[in-house]
Amino acid sequence: MLAFDKEYFNIGFLDTLSYKHSFVHSLDPRIKLLTTLAFILCVVSFPKYEVFQIIPFFFFPVFILSAGNIPLKFILKKLLVVSPFVLFVGVFNPVFDTEAIYSLNGFVISKGWVSLLSIMIRFILTVSAAFLLIATTSFMGLCLALERMKVPKVFVVQLLFLYRYLFVLAGETMRLIRAVNMRAFDRKNLSIKLFVSITGTLFMKTIERSERIYQAMCSRGFDGEIRLLKRYKINFTDTVFALATITVFIILRKYDITNMLGRALG
Amino acid sequence: MSHHIVEFKDVYYTYPDGTEALKGVTFRIHHGESVGIVGANGTGKSTLILQMNGFLLPTAGTIRIGDLQLDKKTRSEIGKKVGVVFQNPDDQLFMPTVFDDVSFGPLNMGLTIERVIERVDEALRTAGCYELRDRPPHHLSLGQKRAVTIAAVISMQPDILAMDEPAASLDPKARRQLITLLKGFKHTKIITSHDLDLILDVCERCIVIANGKVKADGPAREILLNQQLLDENNLELPLSLQRR
Ligand SMILES: Nc1ncnc2c1ncn2[C@@H]1O[C@H](COP(=O)(O)OP(=O)(O)O)[C@@H](O)[C@H]1O
Ligand SMILES: [Mg+2]
Repeated sequence: MLAFDKEYFNIGFLDTLSYKHSFVHSLDPRIKLLTTLAFILCVVSFPKYEVFQIIPFFFFPVFILSAGNIPLKFILKKLLVVSPFVLFVGVFNPVFDTEAIYSLNGFVISKGWVSLLSIMIRFILTVSAAFLLIATTSFMGLCLALERMKVPKVFVVQLLFLYRYLFVLAGETMRLIRAVNMRAFDRKNLSIKLFVSITGTLFMKTIERSERIYQAMCSRGFDGEIRLLKRYKINFTDTVFALATITVFIILRKYDITNMLGRALG
Repeated sequence: MSHHIVEFKDVYYTYPDGTEALKGVTFRIHHGESVGIVGANGTGKSTLILQMNGFLLPTAGTIRIGDLQLDKKTRSEIGKKVGVVFQNPDDQLFMPTVFDDVSFGPLNMGLTIERVIERVDEALRTAGCYELRDRPPHHLSLGQKRAVTIAAVISMQPDILAMDEPAASLDPKARRQLITLLKGFKHTKIITSHDLDLILDVCERCIVIANGKVKADGPAREILLNQQLLDENNLELPLSLQRR
């Protein structure tokens, strides 16, 4: 498969997931946005060398993943794609920060390694939470949540159109590249000239399309304002979910549960 | 009633790049008539449809819809009377879900929320796509998209329905549903199509366009049986008539 096709189907898959039905999918988007933000805030605010106290936070992504019926493999793949960047951020810590922090039977672990580990864990937690939010909330839902949270309407409407036409444009690009490939045979890289002309074609097509869309909007009474019907309501389940998860976040953030458990058992 | 009349009088249209698409088109369509517009590729059918509700304004000649003459000032008023279904549904479904798209028009008409929902439901059911209401348009097949565009247009309850190649690339079942839907729509209908069987089935009158002009205009049964006329316009006898 061509690289572009693959990316296209990837976004498409994320989008398809968001239209499934499950407990998590049916929560109000605002609630999901709020809890995810609270989660990220808690995880990120831990001190630099913390590792054990962060681990219990895995309960949240694991819960969303299983309750939302999201394939684990999908999230793992996403994490793998982004991980090089994080490694790059933390990779020099062990080199510069060599002070010992733990020692196990003469085996010394430096602060640098611990902070690298801590960064990796935080990264896995926050990125998977963000992906899970997207995979369990339709883009439309997210936009409506933003609108209700007083994000300017112009901005929200732009996002909605972006979402709607991203797939149309991507599909068009995909077909165009396929068509070129079909006749370019095995020439691996397209010449600059060809690239320019493809971009030009896409640009013209886009301009023409936007004109037709604008006409279609006008013919349906568009007067400069997009009216969206509000359809989400925060109900009892939403409130309980938000209160429960955020309480757990705060407890996990304030108290070292792992340590307490260890002492209670030991 | 005079208010659902569509009248073209010597209409010319030249695209900005100099292509003369319409070169003096004249016809008059009465209230409740259903008219098929046929012709070879590039003869100006789509251009004609785009004039109906003022997407394009004639370079010369006049167009009257009901009591209004089409110009810059009346185009938005006329836009409410004439529902146009484009050839490409992606140009027309611009909202992120089917429901939002179909409710776009009614919401702009200043109806109450309950009325809007009522109308949307009714339009979706009429067009046979009620179960798609929460789906995003990019998850739909072409036939489903077409049904949704039709719902979006009829939710505004236009007096006149104009469609550009509605049956293009539909499978036989979707095509059959479309025909049933069109037959159920009692107002004035104007349909372009290469599917002459569909025209024969739905329309009582047929206009042949050739090279930007009206070549023939008359009862669909007569026009679509005229072998010579059809041959001259790259068309073929409808299948249902070939067997005779
Ligand atoms: N946007 C445009 N700019 C310039 N010429 C156009 C444009 N759209 C159509 N034409 C030209 O106008 C003529 C009529 O086109 P059209 O109405 O689309 O034909 P049909 O729908 O009957 O196939 C054709 O010669 C076509 O090339
Ligand atoms: Mg056409």
